[in-house]
Amino acid sequence: MAKVLMKGNEAIGAAAIKAGCKYFFGYPITPQNELPEFMSRELPKVDGCFVQAESEVAAINMVYGAAGAGVRVMTSSSSPGIALKQEGISYIAGAELPCVIVNIVRGGPGLGGIQPAQSDYYQATRGGGNGDYRHVVYAPATIQETVDLVMESFDVADQYRIPVMVIGDGMIGQMMEPVEFNEPKRRELPSKEWATDGTKGEREPNIINSLFIDPEELEVHVNERLEKKHAIITEKEVRFESYNVEDADVVCVAYGTTSRIVKNAIAKCEEEGLKVGLIRPITLWPFPDKAFEAITDKTKGILTVEMSTGQMIDDVKIAMNGRKPVYFHGRTGGMIPNPDDIVAEIKKIVGGEK
Amino acid sequence: MALVFDRTKGLTDKIFHYCPGCTHGIIHRLVGEVLEELDVLGDTIGVAPVGCSVFAYDYFNCDMHEAAHGRAPAVATGIKRVRPDNVVFTYQGDGDLASIGTAEIVHAAHRGEKITTIFVNNAIYGMTGGQMAPTTLIGQKATTSPYGRTKEHSGMPLKVSEMLSTIDGAVFVERVSVHNAANIRKAKKAIKKAFEVQLKGEGFGIVEVLSTCPTNWGMTPVEGLKWLEENMLPYYPLGNFRTPQEVE
Repeated sequence: MAKVLMKGNEAIGAAAIKAGCKYFFGYPITPQNELPEFMSRELPKVDGCFVQAESEVAAINMVYGAAGAGVRVMTSSSSPGIALKQEGISYIAGAELPCVIVNIVRGGPGLGGIQPAQSDYYQATRGGGNGDYRHVVYAPATIQETVDLVMESFDVADQYRIPVMVIGDGMIGQMMEPVEFNEPKRRELPSKEWATDGTKGEREPNIINSLFIDPEELEVHVNERLEKKHAIITEKEVRFESYNVEDADVVCVAYGTTSRIVKNAIAKCEEEGLKVGLIRPITLWPFPDKAFEAITDKTKGILTVEMSTGQMIDDVKIAMNGRKPVYFHGRTGGMIPNPDDIVAEIKKIVGGEK
Repeated sequence: MALVFDRTKGLTDKIFHYCPGCTHGIIHRLVGEVLEELDVLGDTIGVAPVGCSVFAYDYFNCDMHEAAHGRAPAVATGIKRVRPDNVVFTYQGDGDLASIGTAEIVHAAHRGEKITTIFVNNAIYGMTGGQMAPTTLIGQKATTSPYGRTKEHSGMPLKVSEMLSTIDGAVFVERVSVHNAANIRKAKKAIKKAFEVQLKGEGFGIVEVLSTCPTNWGMTPVEGLKWLEENMLPYYPLGNFRTPQEVE
């Protein structure tokens, strides 16, 4: 299929529809508005349904209902709106339902700003909802990768009965890039015999639920169902990009569009004879701990670069487990890191100034 | 011997957890009987609330979905939009619907969602131990209004049926009570109409059912029924607020 030039937010919508998503429930918030607008325009054409909910809270609960009814369903929002959705995300995770949530991150805290940011890493990977739950988080760096991951997200959600979040900063939502739509690799997907579609008098009622009033039952639910599933996902679904990590002087860690800026900084360093590696987590959860095993003793330090005051760095430190010093460079509030500043930080680590 | 009464197929065999004298059991039965009589049990998806009827998903003999506190109308919206040919209802109390879930119920009505809501109003938070609700009457004592509710501090009790009947999409709105046999019969009629409205695709329907909470009101079951009649009926008048012509 020929490549088409598309804005990130609209490409996400097109990818979702190609993946068989016919239901979308959302609420307006900048910088993701083109996505619900696209869905309101396109879903009626495929006999689907778009509803603009009265709130983010209602939107995620409509997703909860639709997911329970057994269909592919999506919602999207941006940071403060995702904060409101956390209640529903916890219920969806607790009830083990599949859905896809798109988060086009903007600066915070509070109303913050509307420019690109990565200050919701904690929100995405630790969750603002209550309880022992996890959900998959994909962090694409290009519109093409966004499209690929959105399409695959629906399969992953169905395979594991788990919410999947695709997180992009405002640039991913607003930028235009050429994309093509390719089928993801085929997965064995279980049938949805648990869905609420009416018993027709032919089976026992299906119940979608996250309540286990008996503490022993709840512990079994969390440990035997959720945690076992999380372990399998951690084993099988980790994804990352790795570049020149072995024997690098410095290894940078960055995700999303920040990784593209870091790649420019690395190219500049290479011109000066420095060997700088990059680990780019594509799944923020599960975090690619194993990518860090390739770092050798020759490396002087790790530089984590984020559009935040330092959130992913916690996971980098956990993965490094004290083997090497981990440094941080970041801009926040919607400001974007500059390759020259990143080069200067790398040189400080190489020169022992840090 | 002739069988004069049998348990409805609309309910499972699970034993209710409700307190003695609580009228949730009656209301559950009425909903179950209506679903059975309309022959839609196999097509129905119910949405359970948070509150005393949180375990409703174990009691209704149809597919069920447990919602977060107040969110049942949003969950029901998601289900009905996906499965427009199925019957979808929510069963909610007054803390759930009239307090934390006001946005969800108002906008489900506003969109004219083709769902049915059974709204059980007992003027108090039961499950959490008797706190004041938006529906608690003036002067009524609750654990968070220990000196009795006052208008100055908490406003006047919220009249949900009156409020929702101002919304175009709410095509069937009726308030009923289950404090005696005659009213229980009327309540069942209203519940049946509300589901018929959904089956005809007319729009949103709600039946507000005045109910008792002897435990948290600090009364015997009989005293509770009398208190409902003497105190709730004057403030929450029974009757139909809206009916589409076709089901009149």
